[in-house]
Amino acid sequence: MSKTSGNPKVASLNDLLAVAYQIEIDAVDRYHVLADQMETHNNPELVKIFRDLARAEGIHGEEIRRLAGDFDIVGHARKIARFGRGESPEEADMSSAHYMMTPWHALQLSLSGEKRALAYFISIVETARDPKVKAMAAELVLEETEHVDLVHRLLRRYPQPDQGWAEDLDPAASQE
Amino acid sequence: MAALPSISIAIVGSGGAGALTTVDCLLEAASAAGWHGLFTRTMGPQIRGGEAAGLLRLAVHPVESLPDQFDLLIGIDWLNAHRFGAEIKVGPQTLVISDPRGGEPPPMVKQSGARVIEVPMKDMAKAIPGGRPNMIALGIASRLMGFTIEQVFVPIEKRLADKGSAAIEASLAGIKAGFGAAADIEFDKRLAKPVPSTARRWLLSGNEATALGALRGGIRFAAAYPITPATEILEWLAPNLAKIGGTLLQAEDELAAINMIIGSSYGGTPALTATSGPGLSLMIEALGLATSAEIPVVVVDVMRGGPSTGIPTKSEQGDLNIAIFGLHGDAPHLVLAPQSVGDCLFTTQWATYLAETLQAPAIVLSDQFMGQSRAALERPADVAFIGARAIATEISGVYKRHALTANGVSLMAIPGTRGGQYTADGLTHSERGTPTSGADDHLAQLDKRRDKLDHFNFGDHWASVEGAGDLAVITWGSLTGAAREAAGRAKTDGIDARVVAPRLLAPARPEQMMAALEGVKRILVVEQTHGRQFHKYLRAHYDLPAPVRVFHRPGPLPITAGEIHRAIAEWR
Amino acid sequence: MNIAVTPPAYTPADYKSDVKPIWCPGCGDYHVLMSFTRAFAQLGLMPEEVVVVSGIGCSSRIPAYTNCYGFHGVHGRSLALAAGLKVTRPDLTVVVASGDGDGYSIGGNHFLHACRRNVDMTYVVMDNHIYGMTKGQPSPTTEPEFDTALTPGGTKVPPFHPLVVALASGANFIARCYSGDANATADVLAAAIRHPGFSFVEILSPCVTFRPDEKAWKDLVRPAAVAATSDQAKAARRLMADDGFNIGILYRGNRTPFQPASGASDIDLSALEKDFEL
Repeated sequence: MSKTSGNPKVASLNDLLAVAYQIEIDAVDRYHVLADQMETHNNPELVKIFRDLARAEGIHGEEIRRLAGDFDIVGHARKIARFGRGESPEEADMSSAHYMMTPWHALQLSLSGEKRALAYFISIVETARDPKVKAMAAELVLEETEHVDLVHRLLRRYPQPDQGWAEDLDPAASQE
Repeated sequence: MAALPSISIAIVGSGGAGALTTVDCLLEAASAAGWHGLFTRTMGPQIRGGEAAGLLRLAVHPVESLPDQFDLLIGIDWLNAHRFGAEIKVGPQTLVISDPRGGEPPPMVKQSGARVIEVPMKDMAKAIPGGRPNMIALGIASRLMGFTIEQVFVPIEKRLADKGSAAIEASLAGIKAGFGAAADIEFDKRLAKPVPSTARRWLLSGNEATALGALRGGIRFAAAYPITPATEILEWLAPNLAKIGGTLLQAEDELAAINMIIGSSYGGTPALTATSGPGLSLMIEALGLATSAEIPVVVVDVMRGGPSTGIPTKSEQGDLNIAIFGLHGDAPHLVLAPQSVGDCLFTTQWATYLAETLQAPAIVLSDQFMGQSRAALERPADVAFIGARAIATEISGVYKRHALTANGVSLMAIPGTRGGQYTADGLTHSERGTPTSGADDHLAQLDKRRDKLDHFNFGDHWASVEGAGDLAVITWGSLTGAAREAAGRAKTDGIDARVVAPRLLAPARPEQMMAALEGVKRILVVEQTHGRQFHKYLRAHYDLPAPVRVFHRPGPLPITAGEIHRAIAEWR
Repeated sequence: MNIAVTPPAYTPADYKSDVKPIWCPGCGDYHVLMSFTRAFAQLGLMPEEVVVVSGIGCSSRIPAYTNCYGFHGVHGRSLALAAGLKVTRPDLTVVVASGDGDGYSIGGNHFLHACRRNVDMTYVVMDNHIYGMTKGQPSPTTEPEFDTALTPGGTKVPPFHPLVVALASGANFIARCYSGDANATADVLAAAIRHPGFSFVEILSPCVTFRPDEKAWKDLVRPAAVAATSDQAKAARRLMADDGFNIGILYRGNRTPFQPASGASDIDLSALEKDFEL
């Protein structure tokens, strides 16, 4: 499976900003979906964590939008920012959710997303020909690296849970 | 310290708290100590991680109904617990244990006047490596109810047997911590000493009892299509049928399931399936076929909230109409209804015996309350009813599958029996079984199928008739226990009430009902339906010789003994 | 099907209701919901002109989670209900959602005839190789050795090939997707909806609670090596050899969709009454 086959083509600065924006927006949506899941499944600690993560991603998204100035970054993103299988930073993270997940798990989930975004922007730095694109991608790399560091710092606060973290003695419920 | 005949406890928790397992352990500990008990669950709509409440009533005598109010309520956490408001009744006599980190107790607790004591179960659990709040809760409950740590540790150890010694040690530590924390909590209720008995104690659900009753009655084939709340019957039968040389086949749907069991029975192997309302609806056409072709089958309907998809996880008595009146044409058949978890065993066994003996389909109307509640009771005695199909062995001359006999039951040839070849048919047929549209044959066979049921001597098992007095409470199914309890309380008020609960709903027993209602001046009908199905059924089939009042309410809330008692007392 | 030439700017969020799903966290169906909303947005469908019809099971809960019209019907009969709806309302976009239990077991017979009839609709089966809602019984796509409480030691009955059955029965579009790749699935769904006639899309959607082993699907799925064919014999050979993990559009047929003529007529009742006149 080609590593780059599913990635959107970035040919201009506006392309890059649009894609970066979409990554953030997709992350906001993902974190809210996860927060909703945690709310429905009675895991209030994780509700707060996911809402906080959603808020943080939203702020990044707004920053990127501001960088784009007057350009319709939202519309452009809709046209070009499509990730194929295995490449989107927000792909498949939701499948590692669990109704008894702990803050450590949430941060791991966030970390893997940040790392994927970082890898994507690094690849832009490496392959872009337009110097403006290269420069912006490098800034985004710095930004994402800071995010990765932040998550690592947060992880120090939450230890990895012991082996029985998903132990639920009660049986599943059949609803129909 | 009051020694009470019964004490009730509820434990609430969510998202992996293990509230239900905790209550299950209490039931097991109590049973081992010689008490009776009934454990019911109620849950949120999630498949896992939802809010859950375990409701437990322990008593000196067999328990067949929920209490009017709980003596002890422990909230491991209160997330979404407001959902259970109407089901977990608490009052000023209730002790509530709450975790200050478990969220706000729901309005039902705050407005009840109950005494609320805070115990930091979550924090106490955190202080123990691998500790869990529900073990703290178990320790608290044990102390307050008068159990020893050892008594509740036994069931926990069993459940954690394959999870390693660390998990077991952590649980024991949790129980001890909770036990210690409860030392200062005042709770002046204790269960009266258990009645000594040499009978073996059992722990089982109504669904399990149903399944065992089927095997005791001779069932050796089951077709299975899963549906809430009946699936456990089939899941118990799957390995256990195999152990005794029987077979369970998973069907693609209920249409297949009912036809499979007809096929099995036609071939000589008594057969059963279990379903709920929506599945029974699908099986109706084939039940008519079994009726017409005189092929015994047993269909258990574990009733749930209706109509249509309804409330799959709650109990109701709304399938009475379809069970009795659902078949097109005139197609009399057997309809029975167990009255408690333990009675699920007897009634299913008896239904199998009757179906086989009378060569007719039997519908057993269980319900979600009995099916999915777990009872601690004494091992049900063995009964002699085992399927007794009249089989044609030595066949000479022309074989008449549907021969007109004195008792209406004709000999059935099992495939493989020489000389007995016949084609079973849903088409109206002659004595030989060949299709006919003639008036005489049609009438003769209709009479045969009706009379074989009507003239059978069902004996005393047709109904529970208890007590004397001029007020009769007529009810059925899972409400029987609450009615009995209500009658007992009415007696202390000086009201003599008798309870009449038919176990056999079809065919009707007019003579026996008349005898049961001899001298009655008031009739209180109690049922869990919106449309008064049971009352209308009684009026259709029986003379009710006195004024009638109907206390009916649809699910999902059970009808309690207190409510029935009030209805009795209000009718002077 | 009402697709504007320049689609209005709907976003996926416009197709999501605010009802929070009861699916377990980690369930593949969350991704399927994302794919639905992305596909509808891609096509610029008006939410009020889309009807999502379902049966019973976890997958069948999806209509309430969308902002479109929905019908959560009885077990196994969603295709029949959808057919009645579509032939009388050809203007609507009808999407049928089901699972491997609802769709292939109790719904098996209707599946066959829906493919045969070829009414214009899209049938999405979220296949997790298990009955999830009733706590873990085998489905017609479960492996024969998979141990469950109802079938100790496994059913010993091999799974069938729903895609082959669909082809043999006349389905006009056949595809397989993997829920974890929500964008690719959305693209396939959009193509399925666009394609006239009966479009069948099987989506492998892992059950986190009763089939945690299905986490491995992420590494087993692969894009189909060959492009979709419109040659039935070729498709039959490919599908019979398919191992269940080839992702993509596998067959596109050319059948005319079934749509009986209806609408205005210039005959009135009095003309019919002539039959009875002496």
